[in-house]
Amino acid sequence: MAVSLKQVPRLRPGFRFQWEPAQNTHVLLYPEGMVRLNDSAGAVLKEVNGQRNVADIVAILEQQFPDAGSLENDVSEFLNDAEQQHWIMLT
Amino acid sequence: MTGYHAMPSGDRPGIGPPLWLLAELTYRCPLQCPYCSNPLDFAQTEQELTTQEWVKVLRQGREMGAAQLGFSGGEPLVRQDLPELIAEARQLGYYTNLITSGLGLTEAKVNAFRDAGLDHIQVSFQASDPELNNAVAGSRKAFDQKLAMARAVKEAGYPMVLNFVIHRHNIHQMDDIISLCERLGADYVELATCQYYGWAFENREGLMPSRSQLERAEAEVNSYRKRLTASGSAMKLIFVTPDYYEERPKACMNGWGSLFLTVAPDGTALPCHSARLLPIEFPNVRESSLHSIWYDSPGFNHYRGDSWMPEPCRSCDEKDKDFGGCRCQAYLLTGNADNADPVCSKSPHHDRILAARKAADHATAGLEELTYRNADNSRLFFRG
Repeated sequence: MAVSLKQVPRLRPGFRFQWEPAQNTHVLLYPEGMVRLNDSAGAVLKEVNGQRNVADIVAILEQQFPDAGSLENDVSEFLNDAEQQHWIMLT
Repeated sequence: MTGYHAMPSGDRPGIGPPLWLLAELTYRCPLQCPYCSNPLDFAQTEQELTTQEWVKVLRQGREMGAAQLGFSGGEPLVRQDLPELIAEARQLGYYTNLITSGLGLTEAKVNAFRDAGLDHIQVSFQASDPELNNAVAGSRKAFDQKLAMARAVKEAGYPMVLNFVIHRHNIHQMDDIISLCERLGADYVELATCQYYGWAFENREGLMPSRSQLERAEAEVNSYRKRLTASGSAMKLIFVTPDYYEERPKACMNGWGSLFLTVAPDGTALPCHSARLLPIEFPNVRESSLHSIWYDSPGFNHYRGDSWMPEPCRSCDEKDKDFGGCRCQAYLLTGNADNADPVCSKSPHHDRILAARKAADHATAGLEELTYRNADNSRLFFRG
C-alpha cells in the first residue's frame, strides 16, 4: 500500500523514540523490545509527531539534507515499512 | 532503508553493554504457580534491597546503557515504593515494564503508575477460564481480578501485553485464550510454553505437554494468526516453543553476559533470572558497582566467549549461533553447567530430553499433584 503525502504518521501507543547516548544511535522502544535505528530511519522518525503529514516531513528533511535530492520515495518507503511493522499508524 | 543497526560495543572489547535490566524487586507473591522460575529456596532470601539501593542500581544501569527495564518478582506490586521506583526509572530514560500477576493492582494504581511514567504493564494469566486459572494460580479470586485489571490497563492507554505460560493442563485452550485476548484488546499475546527451571523443573513431569498436544496447539495458533492477518488485526501472537522438543538448543539470553542483567531481591546480580541455581559465585550490588559486576566479575565472565566449551560444542560450527545453549539446563540435566545443553541432539546427554518426551506421552498427574510455589513448600527445599 503506497503512503500518501497527506497522511499523518504517529507512533503507536506504547512506542517511544529516543536518542541513546551509550549506543550512539536513535532507538525505538516498545514493550520488552528495542529497535536500533540507522541514521536515515532516525532522521525520519525524529520528525514524526502526530501533527506533520508526510509532505511536511519530506520538506523538512530535504531542507536538512540539501544534497540528498528528492527524498519523497525514501521517506514513503520507510514509513510504509514502519507501518507494516506496526511501529507507526498513518491517518 | 531497513532501519536496523548492528549491536553496539561496550567498555571492553567484545563485551556489549547490558541493554536489558531486570529488577526482581521481591520474591513475595500472592500466587503459587507451580511453574514459577524463582529459586526453590526463595523463602530463605535475606533482606530485600531498600528503595535507595534500587535507585542506585537503576542509575548505574542507565549510565551503562540499559534501555529496557523490567520490574518483576515475585509480585512487584508488593513493594510499597514501586511508584517511586517507576518515577525514577522513567526520569532516567528507561522504557519501563511492569510484569505483574495483576493481584494487588487497582484502577487507581494503574493510573498513578501511568502518571509516574510507566510505559507498559504486562498482565499474566494462567488460563482462559476462571476455574483452571485459579487452580493453577492457587487463588480463588485471581481470574476476575486479572480480567478487571487487563481492562483497566487498556482503559488507561497502555500498550497491552498478556502473558500465558502454557503447559499440559492449559495447552488445549489456545483458541479460547487468543479469543479472550482479542476481546480484551491486547496488542501482544505471549504464549510462552513452560521452561523448566526453578519450580517448573521440580514439576516438569506434571507440566510438560506431549508432542501431539504441542503440534495441535501450534496449528491452532498458526490458523488464528492467519485469521488475524486477514482481518487486519494488529494483535501479535508470540508462541514460544518449548526447547525440549527441539534438536538444537536456544541461544539462551542471547549469550551469557551479553545483553541481560538481572538483579535479584537481595541484590545478587545474575546473567539471567535462573542462574542463581548454578554453583558459581555471583556478585552483589551492595558490594560492587554494576559496572564492575558486568565487565569484571568472575561470575559474569564465566561463560563469555567460547574457551570454556568442552566437546561437542568446542568444535561445533553452530557454537556462535546458540552458544552451547542454556547453562542452567546443562547443570540441571547433567550436573555440570559446562556441558552442551542436552536439548542438542549432538549432546551425549540428549537421552535425558528423549526420556522427558517419552514421559510426557504417558503422564497422568493432575494439577493437584504438583508442588505449588509457596513459602511452606520453599522451606522444605532449604531444610532438605
